[in-house]
Amino acid sequence: MGLSGARARSWVAVTKVAQRRHLVDRTGESPSPEPATRRAALYVHWPYCQKRCSYCNFNKYIARGGPEEEALRSCLVTEARTLLRLSGVRRIESVFFGGGTPSLASPHTVAAVLEAVAQAAYLPADSEVTLEANPTSAPGPRLAAFGAAGVNRLSIGLQSLDDTELQLLGRTHSASDALQTLAEARRLFPGRVSVDLMLGLPAQKAGPWLRQLQELLCHCDDHLSLYQLSLERGTSLFTQAQQGILPAPDPELAAEMYQEGRTVLREAGFRQYEVSNFARNGALSTHNWTYWQCGQYLGIGPGAHGRFVPQGVEDHPREARIQTLEPDHWMKEVKLFGHGTRKRVPLSKLELLEECVALGLRTDVGITHQHWQQFEPQLTLWDVFGASTEVKDLLEQGLLLLDHRGLRCSWEGLAVLDSLLLTLLLRLQEVWQQRTPVPGGWSAVPVSQDKARQT
Amino acid sequence: MWIPAGRSWWRGRALAPWASGPARPRLPWSRPAPTHAVATDPRAPSRPYGSAELKETPDMSRFPVEDIRNFSIIAHVDHGKSTLADRLLELTGTIEKTTNNKQVLDKLQVERERGITVKAQTASLFYSFGGKQYLLNLIDTPGHVDFSYEVSRSLSACQGVLLVVDANEGIQAQTVANFFLAFEAQLSVIPVINKIDLKNADPERVEKQIEKVFDIPSEECIKISAKLGTNVESVLHAVIERIPPPKVHRNNPLKALVFDSTFDQYRGVIANVALFDGMVSKGDKIVSAHTLKTYEVNEVGILVPNEQSTHKLYAGQVGYLIAGMKTVTEAQIGDTLYLHKHPVEPLPGFKSAKPMVFAGMYPIDQSEYNNLKSAIEKLTLNDSSVTVHRDSSLALGAGWRLGFLGLLHMEVFNQRLEQEYNASVILTTPTVPYKAVLASAKLIKVVKYLIPLCMSTNRELHKGVKVAEKLYFLKKMCNLLGSIMAIISSSFLLASFDYEDAGYQTAELVKMDILLNGNIVEELTTVVHKDKAYSVGKTICERLKDSLPRQLFEIAIQASIGSKVIARETVKAYRKNVLAKCYGGDITRKMKLLKRQAEGKKKLRKIGNIEVPKDAFIKVLKTQPNK
Repeated sequence: MGLSGARARSWVAVTKVAQRRHLVDRTGESPSPEPATRRAALYVHWPYCQKRCSYCNFNKYIARGGPEEEALRSCLVTEARTLLRLSGVRRIESVFFGGGTPSLASPHTVAAVLEAVAQAAYLPADSEVTLEANPTSAPGPRLAAFGAAGVNRLSIGLQSLDDTELQLLGRTHSASDALQTLAEARRLFPGRVSVDLMLGLPAQKAGPWLRQLQELLCHCDDHLSLYQLSLERGTSLFTQAQQGILPAPDPELAAEMYQEGRTVLREAGFRQYEVSNFARNGALSTHNWTYWQCGQYLGIGPGAHGRFVPQGVEDHPREARIQTLEPDHWMKEVKLFGHGTRKRVPLSKLELLEECVALGLRTDVGITHQHWQQFEPQLTLWDVFGASTEVKDLLEQGLLLLDHRGLRCSWEGLAVLDSLLLTLLLRLQEVWQQRTPVPGGWSAVPVSQDKARQT
Repeated sequence: MWIPAGRSWWRGRALAPWASGPARPRLPWSRPAPTHAVATDPRAPSRPYGSAELKETPDMSRFPVEDIRNFSIIAHVDHGKSTLADRLLELTGTIEKTTNNKQVLDKLQVERERGITVKAQTASLFYSFGGKQYLLNLIDTPGHVDFSYEVSRSLSACQGVLLVVDANEGIQAQTVANFFLAFEAQLSVIPVINKIDLKNADPERVEKQIEKVFDIPSEECIKISAKLGTNVESVLHAVIERIPPPKVHRNNPLKALVFDSTFDQYRGVIANVALFDGMVSKGDKIVSAHTLKTYEVNEVGILVPNEQSTHKLYAGQVGYLIAGMKTVTEAQIGDTLYLHKHPVEPLPGFKSAKPMVFAGMYPIDQSEYNNLKSAIEKLTLNDSSVTVHRDSSLALGAGWRLGFLGLLHMEVFNQRLEQEYNASVILTTPTVPYKAVLASAKLIKVVKYLIPLCMSTNRELHKGVKVAEKLYFLKKMCNLLGSIMAIISSSFLLASFDYEDAGYQTAELVKMDILLNGNIVEELTTVVHKDKAYSVGKTICERLKDSLPRQLFEIAIQASIGSKVIARETVKAYRKNVLAKCYGGDITRKMKLLKRQAEGKKKLRKIGNIEVPKDAFIKVLKTQPNK
């Protein structure tokens, strides 16, 4: 396992070549030679922002001065190494720098994390390495430096092409900043730039928003995400809407924007491969695809989430892990223990299947029979959902499809997935409780008991 | 005459001998010197479920009748009863003085959540005044009109009341109603003007009001701020000076009034008693005048405000008694208890409260029937004003028809079932009794009319006669099936009312069905006056529209008479219901949310394929402002 130092250090150089290769639709590609528990995606959380956006309730802190970054960098590197060791993951298939505003980090930090990963595991040269970028913190030369550090995909938090809306959202950039950054990014990372566009803002109208989308289509690359604004507790937009200073977003109007937006994108040749993600020319995000396919992922950095099977114990269940939220505490723990994991929750097999359903159905492919079988070899999708009258109702209404390929949402069904999931999850629980227990199967029993039973 | 010590010895029950000794000069809390018998007697008092607050057992014989005052606090809603009670408890050292004492006597979750008192509570206060220690028994009472039966019940154990009036709002409907309850019971009334600290307080105006309406000289009013504790001490002095001690005799045989009762799943029925004569202690054999059943007393004590067991209770005192009563029918409120073989003339008891509103109650799942049955039985023991009759419905299965005193009472009962017994139920439309003569399948001819007597502070509401400033009195006939619901509901906080039977009168009524996508909702089927069918139907449809969650398909809500649809509303189908952002890896939160929603979905009732939350019908029937 592992690569020589020389091989690892040359990783950045190799990626430069790979980056220019034509990209193929990687979904449905034959799995890599490593077994599933030896593969994972890696999420890196950069916790700082320049300014608090009025809608964001993520784990972020207002950026501080430079010298601190060195400490944070060394902790990210340490934690990456530790979690790779604990998980026994040998191959990292993608890396995602999210935040916060990771484009505020120095490219050196990005490079250091990637080098550390390449030293401890196999990081294929063509692995997707995405960085979330904020238009104002990412001028051209800086983006190029990130490219030199190993980033090969950018996700730009553009949010809107209307300056008034950008102000309302508390963004630091203007529409023209955003378009300029987008142009630079496309020049540097052709075919590998994504933009976010929000819908359902207070006072936003469908017509003008669709014109924004049309304008964006003239400038954007092959990947686009549409998000409906959700007012989260603790954000300033939430407070303003509560106090009646701002009109509360109209869900009916947002639904209309979403439907019309996805229609426009379909006509423009984009595939809606997930609830809010659209790609053409096969430019899907492999990193996020891993989440939706219930793959393993390691999360490093303050408040990062992970899902993986710890190494060493046969038949150990997958764990949901959360790192310590607050950056200073997190750093202290990383320095003391090598990682800042705050919470480890073993997932029962039923919980894993529930995640598999809830996340899988967000994609256009849905849950294929092959995919389901990897998680549940005993009961087929037909066994679980085929006989339920409630599920049959959904199939008859044309919201859900269950056929030789698997279980998936229809175009109409995808927009109301959360309603469908309630029926599906209840059905899954019901069938799961009735099944005859399989000896040796996973259970929600604590680790120590599991171990004791096997010896 | 009974000699207490002898009786105890004679019975040889688990009563510590020192408990029944003659009155010795010692403080109520002072621990009696342990005797040989205590040390060796394995039956010495150990009470696994008793209050652990006070280590020493108070000796109640210290309080002869003349040192006892029994009083209630009565007031309109929100005039500060519970705050004054909190202060009195603090002042007498019954509870510690902290800033956290809010509604100490309101023990139910529903009371604290809504900031109302539903259930009367009792607390014994010890207070030294003029070199003497007094036992003051305070009985907190509910303020809302729906619970006025609790007030009259509490007053039967009192000799006086504190009539609390808000210095800003002045006399309100419940002030008047409660005053008359006290006045008719011939109790001393001490007017207390509260909230004098408020900016708009006008205690002089309120004094004049009190003088005019109740004929109490204005100099008798005590002006306080219960919130700040201003002048509260003088309230206690007035209680001692102006309220007479109970006219009872310790040496007569026991005569105890059961004025309230609660049910404890470990100890059975806990009866709150007021001793009119005699005394009672553990081991005594007592008889219920109502059932003539004999019980042995397991525990007696006072409420401080939690239960504190004592050796005895004496005439004039108020406390609790546990005597192995296990079933709901055994502890009738208003019953008189006396000693075995020493029958007494029973006390008059209480008029049972007249239910005004009837509603069907059904378990969401028929398998829950027995659990719900026992929950209702236990809760009605704590709230005997609810009448219960078995009923059944085609759609809902076996259930009950319950009578409540009002809509708030119904809501509170439902909330208590949920909070205290974890029971989920379906409630049907509240209705009133009527006699029906079927003219045809859909025409009904006879209806019962009732006459409500209303007192209101809002002239516009009922066009009343002015009694005092901002106070009107009115007597108006109204059709119970239609407008009384509106009056009862709109008079929450605004008016109080009483009613009397006016016999039956003929009216043309029709049966109206409510349909969801063509399926009749049995719970909402109502009998309405022919002329009002359209507007009632329209209102129900509109409210149903607001309380039905969107689903994956359109829902048509219709009101119909026979096959004729008279009103219609539509709930549009969901167009989008999916959370956009679902990565960054935080799936746990999303899964939790989904599972909680799925859990909630299980509890929904299905009409056809439409999922209906169980509170939807209550929301439909509740009167909303501006509607």
